[in-house]
Amino acid sequence: MSLEKAISVEINGIDRELTAPANETLLDCLRRHGHFEVKSGCEKGDCGACAVQIDGEPVDSCLTLAWTVEGRSVTTLEGLNDAENPHPLIAAFLEHGSVQCGYCTPGIMIAAEAMLREKPDPTNEDIAIALSGNLCRCTGYTKIFTAVKQAAGVLRQGGGDD
Amino acid sequence: MTDQTTARHTEANVVLRQVGKPLERTDAEGKATGRTRYAGDYTMPGMLHAKVLRSDIASGKLKRLDASKARALPGVTAILTAEDLPDRLAATDMPGQTGQKRAATDRQILVREIIRHHGEPLALIAAETPAIADKAHDLIEYEIEPLPGVYETSAALQAGAPVVTEPDNIVGEHKIRKGDTEKGFAEADHIIENTFHTQFIEHAFLEPEVGLAWVDENGVINIRMSTQVIEHFRFIADAMGVPHNKVRILGAMVGGGFGGKEDITVELYLALLAQATRRPVRLAYTREDSFVGHGKRHPFDITHKTGVTKDGKITALEVTIRADSGAYVFLSPYVLLYCAVAAPGPYRIDNVKIDSKAIATNNMYTSAFRGFGAAQACVAYEAQMDEIAKAISIDRFELRRHNFMRTGDKTATGQTVESAIWSDKCMTQALAALGEPTNAEGPVKVGRGVATYQQSYGRITWFHDTAEAWVGIEVDGTVIVRSGVTDIGAGQASALGQIAAELLGVGLDDVVVYNSDSAVTPLAGTTTATRALYMTGRAAHKASEILRGRLVEFAASELGVRPEDVDLANGQAFVIDNPESAMSLKDLAARGASEGLQRSELAMFRAPFTDPIDEETGQGPVFPDFTYGCHAVEVAVDTETGEVTVLKSVGAHDIGQAINPQAVEGQIEGGALMGQGYALSEELIYQEGKLVSPSFSEYLIPTSMDMPEIKSIILESRSGLGPFGAKGIGEPSLTPVAPAIANAIADAIGTRVFDLPITPEKIVRALREADENA
Ligand code: FES
Ligand code: FES
Repeated sequence: MSLEKAISVEINGIDRELTAPANETLLDCLRRHGHFEVKSGCEKGDCGACAVQIDGEPVDSCLTLAWTVEGRSVTTLEGLNDAENPHPLIAAFLEHGSVQCGYCTPGIMIAAEAMLREKPDPTNEDIAIALSGNLCRCTGYTKIFTAVKQAAGVLRQGGGDD
Repeated sequence: MTDQTTARHTEANVVLRQVGKPLERTDAEGKATGRTRYAGDYTMPGMLHAKVLRSDIASGKLKRLDASKARALPGVTAILTAEDLPDRLAATDMPGQTGQKRAATDRQILVREIIRHHGEPLALIAAETPAIADKAHDLIEYEIEPLPGVYETSAALQAGAPVVTEPDNIVGEHKIRKGDTEKGFAEADHIIENTFHTQFIEHAFLEPEVGLAWVDENGVINIRMSTQVIEHFRFIADAMGVPHNKVRILGAMVGGGFGGKEDITVELYLALLAQATRRPVRLAYTREDSFVGHGKRHPFDITHKTGVTKDGKITALEVTIRADSGAYVFLSPYVLLYCAVAAPGPYRIDNVKIDSKAIATNNMYTSAFRGFGAAQACVAYEAQMDEIAKAISIDRFELRRHNFMRTGDKTATGQTVESAIWSDKCMTQALAALGEPTNAEGPVKVGRGVATYQQSYGRITWFHDTAEAWVGIEVDGTVIVRSGVTDIGAGQASALGQIAAELLGVGLDDVVVYNSDSAVTPLAGTTTATRALYMTGRAAHKASEILRGRLVEFAASELGVRPEDVDLANGQAFVIDNPESAMSLKDLAARGASEGLQRSELAMFRAPFTDPIDEETGQGPVFPDFTYGCHAVEVAVDTETGEVTVLKSVGAHDIGQAINPQAVEGQIEGGALMGQGYALSEELIYQEGKLVSPSFSEYLIPTSMDMPEIKSIILESRSGLGPFGAKGIGEPSLTPVAPAIANAIADAIGTRVFDLPITPEKIVRALREADENA
């Protein structure tokens, strides 16, 4: 058995202790601890289904070792779904039918949310670049772009503020 | 006012309150918040982890397999090899619902001696952790003697070729004969002949195959998994040698299917390991397992020889079709039939001769993929239409208009089409929606192309397809729908909710749909063949209508009017001419319950049943009905680099009646990008049968960077056989896209690439050849 240790990490705003063997990916570790909203699509960094934010930056959790997030903050889709104040991306995805099979959705929201903090008024090209690492086989991306733009508008109006 | 929602008047002037609205799907919120549990998100205490050992050689003889070291590894619970399954076979035939005898195409579950394709399973492993399973996988020793293989259909037909499938590698053959082609060619002013080639492609659903199985206290093998077809439970039971009622398959929301989760995937391995270990077992394919482990889209070679008069009337058509069925039969004979039946396109041609063969090779087996042979047919017939127009110098859209079938015309198999055929309307609107042409500069050329199509919805009619749904109203007026339909991401479950809501006068929020459980939800057949909405929608419609009748009658007696004076809407039963006179469904259901009113109904819908077509002539009905439409695109091609950019992509389809137009647009948009990948970038490369591109870094599906401007145009003839006159859109949305792109590229560069995918290298080569010939 490989060496295990407990790591302290903030997940979606809550301090947690996760046990993880040295060679475990953040993807496997999060799912083992019940974060099934983080999806596994390729485990090679090719699809983006496993995307989470580490200190606000989107990364593929399948390429990240769990130990490396010690002392940092991790955000999954669950973290965008604050009971009081859900992220406007969620409402926009629902309104525009941007979700089909939904398997890509958690990763796409994570990537889109990070982009919206950098680019409050994104162009199509900004969105395309931000989502270029997130594959979706169902939607043709069209309704995802529409939803991201709408969420950007809501955020610019001050909606969804903390 | 009894109805706050805006009334929607369809052509038949029927007020629809729920159907036809872009409602938020019942499954959307769970998915958008990450709460939906997919099959891979379930665990059980004491669960084992499984792994499949596969052959990395496509053609060989297994000389020795020694699992003793792996078995000795602590934490390994079971290793199964062919020796442990002496008389077990797995079905590869069409998932049946009728108990009709299946074709003799069973395959070995694990390799006994002969290996026929790369990835064929050698052993199954169950261990305490995934890491131990991986280690055990590497500890199994085996020796394979390579055997000569056959990797091209032409080679497989040669005398003395290695036999992959007895006796002669031909696994399917269909003929269609209509009219007299000799006479037709004699009447033609021009005869144009071309051959088109399509490639192996991969479904690339985002969720790899996954499942969890356990044997319960009644000895029932339960399998919760990602599948399009829960009714494989029968094949699993047959393979396990247990009665059908001892296997249960529970679906979950499926992370994409596209035909790739239509055949058996992980369920048989799970059942075997759960039975062997008597512990819960989980098997999750890696992406590489998924690339290597399930059937692909058939490559086809399709030759069209078309006779046409100088004013563009097609007088005769001969088509020769060859499909690579790979190493096992699976659905190849049916895919081939779809291709043969679709080969003339949406055109009325009086003299037709079609010959088709599916041929076994040592490539990966090929099976269902959205479009199911009819998509490959469209790649050929729509390219041929443009080639004809070019050869005889007439407008390619006029050529199509001149030959389109009209309602009441017969297909090449002699089936009369009774529904609307709006090919022309769809093409005209799609072309108009492309708008002003984009300016081209320098080496970049802009071109436009269309493809129209005829695509069946519903299964082959001699399968005698049926579907069931149960609809009930609770005593508080809320509605429950139960149906076995699997939801593979297109909103199959939600659509049933919308239908029940419409008929029972409630909102979609008031309906809960339970689906996809072979033991608990009434069986509804497969989510394949663009049949889910048509079949289960009709079953849900029928059950809802019967229930509605009972509620209306009961309300009428309570309100003291005749049943025909009562309508249901907004959670109320009310008198149509005097809406003030009303009672809530809640009161109605509660009152009804206390009076013994039956508050639920189980209904079965049956598709048209026919006998098989004539073997020699292919004459007879094949499908319930067809969808018609058009995809139009504008592309820019850099003639120096060969790079193609799709600028605009428009799908215009007559789908009869949209149940949820937003979901329909989703199908059209998704089909547009999937078709773009098929046309331009996707190809599985097999070398000596071995897949050399088993990852998303080598196999390129379209990304957000490739998205053109996509428009969806939904036409509603209300002439389909589905609920409210719906047709189907799942496959039709994809079928015309790749040929439209191919035609647009040919329009841009003035010459054609005849084999997909149309890569920059092929474009540059075609341009050079055109130059040299000029
Ligand atoms: S699972 Fe991490 S990128 Fe695909
Ligand atoms: S919605 Fe299915 S992969 Fe994106």
